[in-house]
This record gives sequence, C-alpha cells and structure tokens, in this order.
Amino acid sequence: MYKYDAIDQKIVDERVAQFRGQTERFLAGQLSEEEFRPLRLQNGLYVQKHAPMLRVAIPYGQLSSKQVRMLAHIARKYDRGYGHFTTRQNIQYNWPELKNVPDILADLATVEMHAIQTSGNCIRNTTSDQFAGVAHDELIDPRPYAELIRQWSTFHPEFAYLPRKFKIAINGATEDRAGTLFHDIGIHTVKDDSGEVAFRILVGGGLGRTPILGHVIHESLPKQHLFTYLDAILRVYNRFGRRDNMYKARIKILVKELGLEKFRAEVEAEWAHLKDGPSTLTQAEIDRVAEHFVDPAYESLPAVDADFEHHLLESKAFARWVERNVFGHKKSGYAAVTLSLKKTGVAPGDATDTQLDAVADLADTFSFGEIRVSHEQNLILADVKKHDLFAVWQRAKNLGFATPNIGLLTDIISCPGGDFCSLANAKSIPIAEAIQRRFDDLDYLFDIGDLAINISGCMNACGHHHVGHIGILGVDKHGAEFYQVTIGGNQGFNGKNDAALGKVIGPSFAQDEMADVVEKLIKTYVSLRHQDELFLDTAKRVGLDPFKASVYDRNVDKDAAKNAAKPSGHAEAEVANV
Amino acid sequence: MSNFKIIRDGELVDDDWTLVPTDGDVPATGKIIVPLKLWLSARLLPSDSLNALTARQAPVGVWLDGSDDVSVFADSIATIPLIAINFPKFTDGRGYSAATLLRSRYSFKGELRAIGDVLRDQLFYLQRVGFNAFAVRADKDIADALNALKDFSETYQASTIDPIPLFRRRTALFAEV
Ligand code: SF4
Repeated sequence: MYKYDAIDQKIVDERVAQFRGQTERFLAGQLSEEEFRPLRLQNGLYVQKHAPMLRVAIPYGQLSSKQVRMLAHIARKYDRGYGHFTTRQNIQYNWPELKNVPDILADLATVEMHAIQTSGNCIRNTTSDQFAGVAHDELIDPRPYAELIRQWSTFHPEFAYLPRKFKIAINGATEDRAGTLFHDIGIHTVKDDSGEVAFRILVGGGLGRTPILGHVIHESLPKQHLFTYLDAILRVYNRFGRRDNMYKARIKILVKELGLEKFRAEVEAEWAHLKDGPSTLTQAEIDRVAEHFVDPAYESLPAVDADFEHHLLESKAFARWVERNVFGHKKSGYAAVTLSLKKTGVAPGDATDTQLDAVADLADTFSFGEIRVSHEQNLILADVKKHDLFAVWQRAKNLGFATPNIGLLTDIISCPGGDFCSLANAKSIPIAEAIQRRFDDLDYLFDIGDLAINISGCMNACGHHHVGHIGILGVDKHGAEFYQVTIGGNQGFNGKNDAALGKVIGPSFAQDEMADVVEKLIKTYVSLRHQDELFLDTAKRVGLDPFKASVYDRNVDKDAAKNAAKPSGHAEAEVANV
Repeated sequence: MSNFKIIRDGELVDDDWTLVPTDGDVPATGKIIVPLKLWLSARLLPSDSLNALTARQAPVGVWLDGSDDVSVFADSIATIPLIAINFPKFTDGRGYSAATLLRSRYSFKGELRAIGDVLRDQLFYLQRVGFNAFAVRADKDIADALNALKDFSETYQASTIDPIPLFRRRTALFAEV
C-alpha cells in the first residue's frame, strides 16, 4: 500500500497544527459556530446527537495492521471502545470530545492517517473495490489511480467550497464493487484500443433525494489526462452548480438541467485550455505511485490444497463460510477473506477495540499485514493462503467475525440512523437487528442466496437504500417513525450495466411490522422463483404486484397509498452522509 | 483615502483604494474600485464624451462577485490595475474559479483582491488561486489572519502561485535535501 514520503507526512502534520489552531480559536470564542462549521466538517467532525462524531479517512479502504491498531487505540482512549465502518469505507467515532480532536488527529498522523475532507462541500475520500489488486476478475488495479486522485484532491484550493459534497469512486474489475454509477464521478480503469490504460468517466450519479445513475461523459480518457479532465469537470460544477437550494446543489442536478450533451460541451471547452498543461500526469509519477502497489511476496502454490479440501468435506460450517466469505484470488493457492461485521445483535459495521487489535494480528499472521474495508461495511484479509483458511476461520469464529453471511440477507447495509444521527427520521439499527433475528435459520438463508437489504434513516440515503434488492427508508409519518420499502434496486454493474434503482411498493410500515414485511416478501419470492433464480431476478420477472399483494391487505384502498408518508427531510445542511 | 489595513503581497499595508459600493457615489479624486456594472457602462461610452471614469487621472479598478463572468475582461485585461472579487459568504467558492481564470486564462497581472466575507481560514486557498491582496472582514484581527498564508509549506496540485504540481517537482525536492 502507499507509504508517505517526507512531503506527504509534512502536509498531514501541518494539517494537524492548522486544525489545532482553529479548534483553539473556536473554543476561545474567536471563531463563530458558523465560521468554524465548514472547517471542522472538512476535518470530518460533525455535531451529532450525543457528542461530536469524527469520521476518519480510509483512502480507498486500505489499511495496514499498524493503522488498525491505532484505530483500536483511538476507540479505547477517546471513545467508548468501538468504531463504526461506513458505506464509504471510512470509520466513524461517535463519542469523542471536541477538545480532544486535535490530539486524535495527531495520533492518526503518526500512522499516516487523517480526517481530511471526510465531510463538507468538498471532494471527499475516493472509494474503490475492496478486492482491488487481488480480484480474479480485475482488468487494471485501480489503487495507484485512487492514490493519485487522493493527492490531487487533498486541499485542492479551487474546489474546497463547492456547491455541495463531491464523491468519486474508481473500479478496475469486471464487476463494479465500488458503486461507480451512483457517485458524482465514477471511474472505470479500462484498456484503450492500443492496450494503454484509460478511464471511462461517468458523471452525475448519486442517491439521496434524487437518485440518478451516472452517465458516461468520456468513454476512454487517456491516463495522462486524468487530473486536467477532473479539473475541468469540477470547475464547470463549481461555477455553475446551484447554490440557492442545497437539495439541488449536487452535480447530478446540473447535469440533468443542462443535459448531458451541453454539460459535456462545457467540460470539453474548459478542458481544451487545461489539456496537456502542467497538470498532465507523467509516466514517472504513475510509476512512482504504482510501485507502492506491487504484489506482496506470494509463494507459488498449487491451486488445490489438500488440507483445505479435507476441511471442506469435514466441516459443513467451514464449507458454508468458504462459500460466502471467501473470494476468488488472482494468485493460485490464495484467497481473499471477508470478516463479517454483520453478526446479529451488533450494529452493522461496528467493531470494538479488541476486535480491531485482533484483526491486525490476523493480518500480520496470515495476510501480509494489510486489511481492507468494503463499502458493505465488512473487513477483508486480501491475501490468505488457502492452506490457512481453516485456521483463519477458527480464529475469526472466536472473535465473532465468522458469520457466514456475506452477500446474504443478514449482511445488511445500514446507516447509523436515529440512534446516533441527528438528521434521521427513524432508527435503522433496530430494524436491521429485527430482520437478522427473524432470519436466524442458516439453511433458509443459504437457500435464499444473494440478497442485499439496505437501510437508511432518512432521504440522505447513507445506507444506499435505493440500490438494495430490498431497500428500507425511514420516513416521518405524523411524527412517528415509519419505513418505506423498495424492491429491485441493484448496485451492480457486472459488466452488463444492470444497476437499477428500487421501486416503492406502497404505503410505509411501522417499526414492529418490518420483520414481518421482509419475511412476507421473501416467502413470495421463494414461492415464485424459478430454479436457481435469485430474488432480484424473480422481482424483475414478475414485477411488484405479487410482492404488494403479500404485504398489503387487498382491501387497502387507493387513498391509503395516496396518504403514504412523503419522505421528509430536514432543512439542515449538515448531512451525515457516510 | 482610508486608513483601513489590508494584506498585500504578504504584508499589512494601508489601503490606498476606495471601494465604490453598488450604486454608490464615485469620489472625485483618488484611486477607486468601481462595481462591474459601472465599469462596463463607462467602457461603452466613447472616450471623448464626458466620461467620469475614463477621464480620471487616478487609476480605476473594478470589483465583481465570484458568480460574474470574468470573460468580459478578456480584451482589456492589461489596462486594469486592480480587480477585486467579492465573497458574499465565505462558503461561496465561485470566486476561487473566477480568480483562477483571471490569472491563468486571461493572464491578469494586476492586484487581485478578495473582498467581502474574507476570513483567516480561507486565506491559504485564496492565495493559491491567485489573490495577492485581502481585505479581511473588518471585525477580525487582520494581523492574526496574516499567519494563515503560511499554514502549509508544500501542496500537491498545480495552482496559480505554483503552476508546477508537486509530482513534477518531487524528485528535485528530495535531491535538495
Ligand atoms: S443522514 Fe444518513 S446517517 Fe443520518 S439518518 Fe439519514 S441516511 Fe442515516
């Protein structure tokens, strides 16, 4: 992974000093709340329900064991012993004290970490595929480019006060595991006709209250133009994006209002001035950064490991875990392991300091000391020998990390919701737990197969509910917490562009109905599915009606649908989007 | 002449310009910064007519909002001694792009001044996109604000004041050490 040189380190150290000064001036009354707000947000610091919330950046989801131990240390020393991994591969602490934040940042800086631009109306942490560099279906490793984008976007002076937040995701495999279609900019690393690395650039995707899938603005951008092209897009957005209404301020609205062709023409006109200028990437710089991402010292191993095969036959539980939590590796004899943070009874994405330390140990022993975070809020050991899988499984089980549910119904993606977030209409975590408890039969879960449930506590969609196969959105209905359900969303790209936004099935439900509702939807699917058909495929084939019929009394008249709670937001700019 | 202090080229100096507000009266003498609308209308008049602006001996600068189109200066940029960009709110980032365009696209060489809601914690970025003068909001300690110009000793991307991005300088920087 990328290692700082003296300059990278100095920049982060100077940021700590800068923020320390800003915090001191705020606490001394020299900075008003209004003046301090964007400054603290650009350092990942929110004011939340209970205490400030600090979001620490995990650039494109990559961590060393040393960094993970530091995250554990921070959880222990400044928080209540745990952290929450988010849907943008970052980690949040829910209970730090404002006056301690400069010290936390100083601690983070000692392990090449920071909270720069994890919030605020600026370019956020760039996210990527959690299996980047090891995936069996990878075309080009996106990590060097993700790091280049991190450096380009860090303290970009022209784009620190954009109309709204700006998120970039980059993916280099056949399957889109980075959700590039619902980012402000999505990037696919591809090969052009001459076999050179190039980028397919998508723009204007996003979830939130106006979910839109991104459009291709450039089919094959030669790699040296990456920065100048991004500069051109950002400049058009910074100048012309709406600033009068925060709900219309994302780039997707600008693209929609101008139309893709007009928007592209603006970008091209701007780019004509920047193209081939000093910001044009050099091969030397690409090579310098790429050197940090060369393969670790893999052993040459046979594809089949006798011990591993033996354990697979011996232990059904192990076999199940392998089926769901182990991912194909490009290197023979190796595999990538997902440690599930979705154990029933634990808030999705939460990990304790003890668990974090243990993950660091596992990584040191079995996976070259590296850990990744997925946007599905799980942790990954990317380079485990097949021979070691059984040992990893046993240890992970003792640590509460071996729930064999990756991609299954109980691998629920959820925002922190009403338990922590001051913008929430409704709680998310108890809904996730109720559903997990209801589906406690592993055979049934395996029989159902791939199924993504996504839960957001409000329209800000931090739980990406629009792309859940079953999406659940907290709404406010006459002051009570209700939940609107969508079906048929899909984050996937799968090389055939089948990403889709879910459709609302009807009026919203009370909290205590939700487990029943999900159960009925699943029963409907099971009764209608063709052999080997997944929920999503059945839903696509049969449409909404059978699902509706299963959860709504047929006598519900049309008025009820009309009276369905309109998702209401809060007139508050500080959206805790993760 | 006001005794208001500004930051110019990294130093605290007395402001020797008078800012004419929108629809404000133009003082008879002295260096003035007029609103864009007035500047544009004066430019349209023939120079031999009684034109209060073009007939002045003292220099005339112009101010605008970050949302205004800076391409209006394209053909006269060399004759303008000062352009001020107004930040109605410090969170309105359009002025950063306007400044970048003035410096890079139109090669503006005169004083580029940030006015309006100008605060210490934005000065570093403002300086990078090409502002060399800052009229810090009157209720703030301008001497304190001066410190912000040195917040960072190195930066990654190209900008007006460092047109060569770090990645093109990196090897040389390490060679020096
Ligand atoms: S703002 Fe985000 S985290 Fe908060 S409730 Fe809404 S969706 Fe959840």
